[in-house]
Amino acid sequence: MSDIERHTIAVLVDNEPGVLARVIGLFSGRGYNIESLTVSAVSKDEALSRITIVTTGTPMIIEQIKAQLDRLVPIHSVHDLTDEGAHIEREVALVKVVANGPERRESLRIADIFGATVADTTIESFVFSLTGKPEKLDAFIELMRALGKTEIARSGIVGIARGAKAL
Amino acid sequence: MASEPMNGAQIVIKALVDQGVDVVFGYPGGAVLPIYDALFKQNKLRHILVRQEGGAVHAAEGYARSTGKVGVVLVTSGPGATNAVTGLTDALMDSVPIVCLTGQVPTHLIGNDAFQECDTTGITRPCTKHNYLVKDANRLAQTLHEAFYVARSGRPGPVVVDIPKDIQFADCPYAGPGNVKHKTYRPQVKGDTRKIGQAVEMIAKARRPVIYGGGGIINSGPKASKLFTQFVKMTGAPTTLTLMGLGALPASDERFLGMVGMHGTYEANLAMHECDVMLCVAARFDDRVTGRLDAFAPGAKKIHIDIDPTSINKNVAVDLGIVGDVANVLEEMIGIWKAEKKTVDKKAVAAWWKKIDGWRKRDSLKFNTDKKLIKPQQAIKRLYEMTLDREIFITTEVGQHQMWAAQHFRFEKPNHWMTSGGLGTMGYGLPAAIGVQLAHPKALVVDIAGEASIMMNIQEIATAVQYRLPVKLFIINNEYMGMVRQWQELLHGGRYSESYSAALPDFVKLAESFGAVGLRATRPDELDDVIRTMIETDNMVIADIAVDPKENCFPMIPSGAAHNEILLGPEDEAEKPVSEDGMVLV
Repeated sequence: MSDIERHTIAVLVDNEPGVLARVIGLFSGRGYNIESLTVSAVSKDEALSRITIVTTGTPMIIEQIKAQLDRLVPIHSVHDLTDEGAHIEREVALVKVVANGPERRESLRIADIFGATVADTTIESFVFSLTGKPEKLDAFIELMRALGKTEIARSGIVGIARGAKAL
Repeated sequence: MASEPMNGAQIVIKALVDQGVDVVFGYPGGAVLPIYDALFKQNKLRHILVRQEGGAVHAAEGYARSTGKVGVVLVTSGPGATNAVTGLTDALMDSVPIVCLTGQVPTHLIGNDAFQECDTTGITRPCTKHNYLVKDANRLAQTLHEAFYVARSGRPGPVVVDIPKDIQFADCPYAGPGNVKHKTYRPQVKGDTRKIGQAVEMIAKARRPVIYGGGGIINSGPKASKLFTQFVKMTGAPTTLTLMGLGALPASDERFLGMVGMHGTYEANLAMHECDVMLCVAARFDDRVTGRLDAFAPGAKKIHIDIDPTSINKNVAVDLGIVGDVANVLEEMIGIWKAEKKTVDKKAVAAWWKKIDGWRKRDSLKFNTDKKLIKPQQAIKRLYEMTLDREIFITTEVGQHQMWAAQHFRFEKPNHWMTSGGLGTMGYGLPAAIGVQLAHPKALVVDIAGEASIMMNIQEIATAVQYRLPVKLFIINNEYMGMVRQWQELLHGGRYSESYSAALPDFVKLAESFGAVGLRATRPDELDDVIRTMIETDNMVIADIAVDPKENCFPMIPSGAAHNEILLGPEDEAEKPVSEDGMVLV
């Protein structure tokens, strides 16, 4: 299939046990792709969680995914951020680089260029924290790998629509 | 409000009674003893003791599908819950409203691999519409009412409520069903009027229309079947029904083409293939119906009405999808059709009917009779003909006999035909018949069975006998898993790997040993007498009908084939071998 699209979907759900399992089970049971999935409580009383899913599929599959999500009982609303207009996507990466000498200095310089902050340091390592679009994180991580031993932790993508309209 | 404090078990009973439940199908065990104790102390709810929990769910399905009410199941933790899984999956696939209460080990033991513990909500998550684990006694009543709401609303389905034993003992507040309003689950029941108008327009302009109705019409309630029939009559459009939809349009209606799909009639399948506008009413373009997708109704504009948005554009991309309860949508369609004084293109539709009548003349359900052997189709046809004057409900097991029943038993009303369509569960028919008989004590309830399928839940004979339910088992006995054998002939060179019924019981003696009545017919001239005795006996009957073991079920659209590649009999089979793509399909 050539018409594979990438969609970022925001799902507001009841913050109760089993909801995440329902969502993940839906994707694995029906053979849909998950490129990234994040979840966190978002309402003041912690009653609501927001799940951000990045998925790929044909337009028919994307339509199915949204309809399938929407019919899960504890789901409040499903928003296709990709379809609904301009939106922002961000991801956080924590990147540990173990290096000495010029490589160590170079890692700090590149981190500065990318706007990453130093979250932890020892004589022979840094942990950088970088927030941005996933592609920016990819580029940063690739450069760091060239400089020494690395360990990577990424948060997965969160997204939100631009403008004054709130879910 | 309740004046006396109640414990969780009493609340379960009270909630069920308040939901209008009169029968519960179940099996006791350690984790539901408090609920069984509460059952013992009351007389509003009747409990039917099945012999295996799987039977409880199928019985509840039979009850639900023949009444339109929610079927209720009560089982214990661990094996009680896991045995219920097949029935729950069956109910999910066929959209049957079920509330299944499962006992659970006390909350403080959950996760400790306690005796008879299993992760019931984890196991049943993909095979229920929704499920709950009640960990807070204060939420028990509300959860139970919510479960009924979810089970019956929108596209119906099974809901599990897992209740730990300590919750059953805990004193809890009770609230009636009136106070429950679901915060997220509100299915769309009213269709989009603009789209409904478009649908009417498309049907009025059609030259070769076909209406294809499914089980959702039955699930929506008797009103939907009435409106469906009315719309079919108004438009005069050729109409076919799926396995699950049989009864939505009276089979005697001249516009009814018979069942569609893999074992549907020649005329129904060819009409689907050659139509220019298809109106799909609450069916789901199942693979048994569509055959090869890229050759499915190639020239048709397709309209799809369904209450479940996920059914639309799932298997087949349609030109117009309308989400809503089919009764609402049909009512609006009929209103618009009348208000705008629509008519079909009479000349074109008459020509279309002429073509269809040509296909009808092939008489694709015909079969040859034999002097020595009873033909399975003949047995079912005689059962149908000899019970025309009675209120009769039919359940089936799964296999050839099921397809023959769908072809040769003709249903005039909805809710009289109970079969396992989506999941294809052998062993469904007997427990389902028990559920039907409980809901309709005076009616004749017959499970058209196969000798292999019936063995899967044979223990439920005891349930029928215990409660004096005069259920009839009409066993089409060909000493084979007939459908498996038929596929082995078609796809695997006739190598009958494990598809024969060896070491069968003597069904007559088996019946007698349970306290039921056993009958047998082995020759065509014995058939009518056996059927007559069976329907006149006010007791459970097992009628063992020995049929021609070699008969296969036709017409048949082999897997991976299109509607117009339908096989009418064994002679077609040799000419049209199954494609490699078709071989891998089920």
